[in-house]
Amino acid sequence: MNFEQIVFYLLAAVSAASAVLMILQRNPVNSALFLILNFFCLGGLYLTLHAQFIAMVQVLVYAGAIMVLFLFVIMLLSLGDERRLKESLGWKAYTAIALTAGLLSELFYIFVPSTQTFTSQSANAAQMGTVEYIGTVLFTKFLFPFEVTSLLLLAAIVGAVILAKKKIQ
Amino acid sequence: MNIIEPLVKIALILLINLTTVAYLVYTERRVSAFIQNRVGPNRVGPMGLLQPVADIVKLFFKEDIVPTAANKFVHSLAPLISLIVALSTFAVIPFGNTIHLFGRDIKLMIADVNVGLLYLLALSSLGVYGITLSGWSSNNKYSLLGGLRSSAQMISYELSMGLSIIGVLMIAGSLQLDKIVVHQGNYLGGFLPAWNIFLQPLGFITFVVAYFAETNRLPFDLPEAEPELVGGYHTEYSGMKFGLFFLAEYANMITASAVITTLYLGGWQFPFIENFGFSPLAVSLLQVAAFGVKVALVLLFFIIVRWTIPRFRYDQLMNLGWKVMLPLAVLNIIITGFFILV
Repeated sequence: MNFEQIVFYLLAAVSAASAVLMILQRNPVNSALFLILNFFCLGGLYLTLHAQFIAMVQVLVYAGAIMVLFLFVIMLLSLGDERRLKESLGWKAYTAIALTAGLLSELFYIFVPSTQTFTSQSANAAQMGTVEYIGTVLFTKFLFPFEVTSLLLLAAIVGAVILAKKKIQ
Repeated sequence: MNIIEPLVKIALILLINLTTVAYLVYTERRVSAFIQNRVGPNRVGPMGLLQPVADIVKLFFKEDIVPTAANKFVHSLAPLISLIVALSTFAVIPFGNTIHLFGRDIKLMIADVNVGLLYLLALSSLGVYGITLSGWSSNNKYSLLGGLRSSAQMISYELSMGLSIIGVLMIAGSLQLDKIVVHQGNYLGGFLPAWNIFLQPLGFITFVVAYFAETNRLPFDLPEAEPELVGGYHTEYSGMKFGLFFLAEYANMITASAVITTLYLGGWQFPFIENFGFSPLAVSLLQVAAFGVKVALVLLFFIIVRWTIPRFRYDQLMNLGWKVMLPLAVLNIIITGFFILV
């Protein structure tokens, strides 16, 4: 195993563990902290896959901006006693278990019997992860989806502003 | 791969950074004393120059108190996050051109990564966790208010900071900090160095103001506003844990000055040095010195601003961030784009 692989497996283990711990925590702030750790590890995983731009954006947007907002809201609500958050799940729990089992079996179906190895990387992987490459692709090949996404975000912003204004009146 | 060279660079930068932090505190106290017509620390050693040593020793010997109802793990983790983030930003900052030493070329930066600017932004967005978490974990209402303020403040100012950097990016055409500095080595009209401060005056102002907010320095130090919040997020910290926050604040200042120097003040560029006919080694050393002098001047600017401008009120801070800084940063992008096309 070379250095890169060791880092990859380490990050993979930590991100999986933090994802599980995030669900198991009763305290919402602890959950958020594990989610941040998880996002951070995902950023590291992208780096080991030579996707530098995605890695940085993952840390900047998810671990940085979005989770700060999450943490801000959780702290502002100051839920205090976590036991009040406990809700009876009933039938939802069984549905969730069934869905998870289905998803897991699909994963096994795809990954286990296949003879294909997933370790090989395409030759120009390092070059494809750079900002220059992503920028070029985004503004030539995927220009239309890119612009439509921006429109979608604009609609969301307008909606948020209108919702916020309604409350004041 | 040679592992010794980066390690030596990391050790050197850490050493220089931490020493500078100690003397930055001393300088801040002396300058503030000068501004307020006092004397300042002058008892320990000649001119009080050993004061930082005394301060550090004092902090080490203080009792470390953790509130009973605090979340102990997070309470200890928070100052570490602050300091680690503040120090690791330095990894991508070029503090000199390639220098020829001991028979080989050494690049004077730790990691010349393709996404240097994004790395900078990503780390500065993580720095807020130290403050927010310390505020929450202390289980103290003043601390919590400080932590909440800091997270709201970061979100508001990070946007305009990122947008002001885009102007620099458009001019240099690269996210690599090294290339951004090299690009500033030209001259405008043959006499003015092409530093981004001259090319991007508006972007420079918005960036510096946003970075002041990021480093929690006055006039934006609402997370620790003493008159309202006792001590803000670090109210419940004592001993060396408090010392770590202190260290992190000043390390952040140094990082901020280095970033401002790199992006807008020409980095290690020493204008017109090629006309003097120095040897290559002397040129390299002078460029490192130029970087040091520029960073020191920006640091002095930080200190003077702290002791001359009063604190914002919270609503003023938010208004400035969203209604003034953000439109100005966007305007800067439009103007830059216009000039690049014309």
